[in-house]
Amino acid sequence: MTDMKLTKAINDCIERREKAFVPYIMAGDDGLETLKKNILFLQEAGVTAIEIGIPFSDPVADGPVIQEAGERALAHGVTLRNVLKELASFNKEVTIPLVIMTYLNPILRYGIDEFIKDCGDSGIDGLIIPDLPLEESALLRDSLVGSGIALIPLVSLTSPPDRIRKITAKGEGFIYAVTVNGITGVRDGFDDDLAAHFERLKAVSPVPVLAGFGISTPEQVRTIGALADGVIVGSAIVDAFHRKDLQAVEALVKA
Amino acid sequence: MVKEASLTQSNGVGRYGKFGGQFVPETLMTALIELEEAYDGAMADSTFVDEVNYYLKDYVGRENPLYFAEKLTKSAGGAKIYLKREDLNHTGAHKINNSLGQALLAVRMGKKKIVAETGAGQHGVATATACALFGLDCVIFMGAEDIRRQELNVFRMELLGAKVVSVNKGAATLKDAVNEALRYWVANVEDTHYILGSALGPHPFPKIVRDFQRVIGVETRRQIMEKEERLPDAIVACIGGGSNAIGMFHPFLDDEDVALYGVEAAGSGIETGLHAAAIADGKEGVLHGAYMYVLQDDDGFIQEAHSISAGLDYPAVGPEHCHLHDIGRVKYTSVTDAGALEGLQLLARTEGIIPALESAHAVKFAVELAKDMAKEEILVICLSGRGDKDVQTVRNALGGGLND
Repeated sequence: MTDMKLTKAINDCIERREKAFVPYIMAGDDGLETLKKNILFLQEAGVTAIEIGIPFSDPVADGPVIQEAGERALAHGVTLRNVLKELASFNKEVTIPLVIMTYLNPILRYGIDEFIKDCGDSGIDGLIIPDLPLEESALLRDSLVGSGIALIPLVSLTSPPDRIRKITAKGEGFIYAVTVNGITGVRDGFDDDLAAHFERLKAVSPVPVLAGFGISTPEQVRTIGALADGVIVGSAIVDAFHRKDLQAVEALVKA
Repeated sequence: MVKEASLTQSNGVGRYGKFGGQFVPETLMTALIELEEAYDGAMADSTFVDEVNYYLKDYVGRENPLYFAEKLTKSAGGAKIYLKREDLNHTGAHKINNSLGQALLAVRMGKKKIVAETGAGQHGVATATACALFGLDCVIFMGAEDIRRQELNVFRMELLGAKVVSVNKGAATLKDAVNEALRYWVANVEDTHYILGSALGPHPFPKIVRDFQRVIGVETRRQIMEKEERLPDAIVACIGGGSNAIGMFHPFLDDEDVALYGVEAAGSGIETGLHAAAIADGKEGVLHGAYMYVLQDDDGFIQEAHSISAGLDYPAVGPEHCHLHDIGRVKYTSVTDAGALEGLQLLARTEGIIPALESAHAVKFAVELAKDMAKEEILVICLSGRGDKDVQTVRNALGGGLND
């Protein structure tokens, strides 16, 4: 699935000898009306793609910053359904790929086929579902065939080599390589073996490999970015938008 | 909603019909696969099984009695009522059966640290106890609201050397404690084992917890044959996640003449929306790694459960119970907070046994059921825990006095 829009956007970066930069934002943090503004701002700033988080009542893979953003979004009544509807209202202005990150249960409630159809109408190019590992992924994979929407797998530091091969073999869009054991959030240091981990990953993956979890400073964007094909930055971006510190957002994008 | 075919076609393991599975972050998958291998190896090793049985006998005090509750039987005026006395176990509930087994498994796997969640505190106390016994570091996550309701159990865990971490998210009850325990496990997975306390969570937990709790039903079966020379006509157990119930029911599943009843917590009443009855009022969905009946809204957000009993205060029911409901093998019903308080007082007055509020739900339903049964019929209640921990809650609920 290397012909997908998402993969192409990242490969274009690689060809230009640049690193892909994918910011994560919490949809509807400080109200749903911020969604369009933030997406267009990031597009203008030159990001490769955007990961849009859907708030959930029980976000077990998220650290404190994203949990709190999710609680604010939930307090504003943000749901998977109204995020897709909002995105559909301005998707003609969006030229970069958009990826939805949501836990599985809201998709099940929505109805898998209806959800995929609405993703198509809203210009969604990929899905990241943190509680849908390889073993359970057939649940969505079959329905996604022909949709042009990538099911982006996560690989963790605890995934052994044969498992990494199985996961990457089915990889679409890009591989989301989790750089720490644990939840999303700001960290000081990373494992020394990270370079070797990324070497192995890139050697077997048919799609680009992006690093995420715990990357929060421009310096980390550069050091981790050097190992992977690009980075995903979550908590630091969410925090900067919440503080309305757009300079901090730009500093991360331009790192 | 979800096509049945797509769920069964999934490569996933650990399915009970369409329920169960492994809906967890990738970071945990390797640990779950290792856990399953270690567990299967342990159960095939007679040395391990003997060790578990040794501690169950000499440390927990098994087998515990199957007691003929003559006074309660007379009060109900119907079937003969027996009580399976899990309340007499060391630490006061069935939870120790599982905590002990899993702690021994952790030792066998070379893991030195344990994380667990707790609602009422019974699983936390049982786990802290097993960790003290085997020299394991122990961190227990507990909702702030439950800490308020079960202050003494918190102190018990601390006396046993465990670290109790208060969870302030959501309604600050069991669901939120599980979220935090899972986050902690993800971050510390390489040297930590998660002792899940109910028949919930990703595979292989529902199976492991069930197997360690099966001793309840296995003993009951042997004991009733000794006393009555036949199987009971009905068995009643309370259901939060469903660990005491699945342990009691499982050895009887193939005995079609034994009617099985699971009693959920109806809180203020199913119609009020303030309850914990996921089979009565939930919809299929995924929570904490498994496909189950889950209390949720139309957007798929998980709803808070409500029950006077902290141990039943969970918005889903373990996957095997969901399947047993679907195939009709177990009948699931519910009892309100008020009903549980009546059951608790009735057992206290008639038999001199104060049951846990959780078990009081089963007592209340069982007494109503017994009334409609013939005198020569036999009914067994799984008395999953003792009520010492609940005395303060009951006192407050009864307005500081007794309602007679």
